[in-house]
Amino acid sequence: MILRRLLFIVLLFSLVACSPIKPWVKPYERQKIADEIMSFERDPIADSYLHHVYDAREAARGGDGASGGGCGCN
Amino acid sequence: MAVINRLLLLAFVLLGNIVHAAVLPDERIDLLYHGYDGGGAQIDGPSILVRKNIGASVSVAANYYVDMVSSASIDVQATASPYSEERKEQGFSGQYLIDRSTIKLGYTSSKENDYDASTYSFGIDQSFFGDLTTVGFGVSFGEDVVGQNTDPTYKRDLQRRKYSINASQIVTKNLLASLSFDSATDQCLNLTQDESCLNNPYRSVRYLTGTGGYLYQSERYPHTRNSDALGLRAIYYLPYRASVRVEARQFSDSWGIDADNIELRYLHPYDEQWLFEVKYRIYSQSGADFYADLFPYRDAQNFLARDKELSEFSSTTIGLGVTYKIPAGVIPWFDKSTANLYWDRFDIDYDDFRDARVSPTDFAAGAEPLYNLQADVFRFYLSFWF
Repeated sequence: MILRRLLFIVLLFSLVACSPIKPWVKPYERQKIADEIMSFERDPIADSYLHHVYDAREAARGGDGASGGGCGCN
Repeated sequence: MAVINRLLLLAFVLLGNIVHAAVLPDERIDLLYHGYDGGGAQIDGPSILVRKNIGASVSVAANYYVDMVSSASIDVQATASPYSEERKEQGFSGQYLIDRSTIKLGYTSSKENDYDASTYSFGIDQSFFGDLTTVGFGVSFGEDVVGQNTDPTYKRDLQRRKYSINASQIVTKNLLASLSFDSATDQCLNLTQDESCLNNPYRSVRYLTGTGGYLYQSERYPHTRNSDALGLRAIYYLPYRASVRVEARQFSDSWGIDADNIELRYLHPYDEQWLFEVKYRIYSQSGADFYADLFPYRDAQNFLARDKELSEFSSTTIGLGVTYKIPAGVIPWFDKSTANLYWDRFDIDYDDFRDARVSPTDFAAGAEPLYNLQADVFRFYLSFWF
């Protein structure tokens, strides 16, 4: 199910890639994007700890942009 | 679940194509103290991260992390004795920036008295379209050795593999989005059919005896586990200086577990010195095919599990946090310093895991109250940029 959904998304990306693309957000328009409040993981050490707690308490893993490692959380 | 499905699909279509200019991460030092308290388990300890650039193209980082565990969880109370142990983790990573690409290497080692894990990782990110789009892939290889304190001869080898694809996009001047797909495989090596390595060797399942009571036998898991996870994250800059982050994820594995979670976070700066965060997360999963709270008889099936993390349950998490920017000059040598305190409250309701600690004279086997767990998670840390 998840793989089918991923293939569908890749197909959409491929279609868009066939047309010429110009950057629509210019470098001088990115001051808000560069603000610290726009970071997905502002403090890596704190975020990775919380991911570790999630991994220990839940069966799900991955899909969160974190690298992860073996922790003996079985 | 249907709502999350639609949200994910809609977001992917809107994205069109896939975010970040290729730059090295900040040079910084983080000192964290973490604490977990819930369900009879207390886990706390320090963590240190140091990240430094070497020249204009190389960044290296080292992390040291400790879990000090003191546990009398429901599993322990039902079939074992409270215990204390320590887990130490060391990680080293490096990034090499070359034009619009970043090459990443990493190594992590985790050790405790009955579990050793080593993980090697490699990844490449590439930015496109005037740095509006970043696409990356990664792979990690893990080798674990599972032991058991009461049996020095107990040694199980576990091999882990993970393959990842990530894409991120500057969608508008106010919106960032990121998509991640992970496919992971766990494989036990050199085991007989009766042995397993993916379960906790101390945990047991319970089964009915035929006389109204129950007894325990060891868990037995499949030798492999394959899982896929697809996650979408987006951050939006509000009309005033504050942001909203949304995260949604779908997960499924070869054990029959399907899971979804969605999280909403609001981040609000105040008076240049403060950042306040509020977060709400919901998570739900179905149970593994071979999970049962109470099996009808001994050896009722090939695989047997009674790990509450493999049962059907749902949970909510509320998080609050504050970051204080220490005025420049107060701490010399550093360009910027912050003090941070974050608290998360987990509330987990198990739909198929019963509290077997109650008296069998008050409750018949299989009629015990369902278990629920509340846990508090604290993170206090100091961060220094240089």
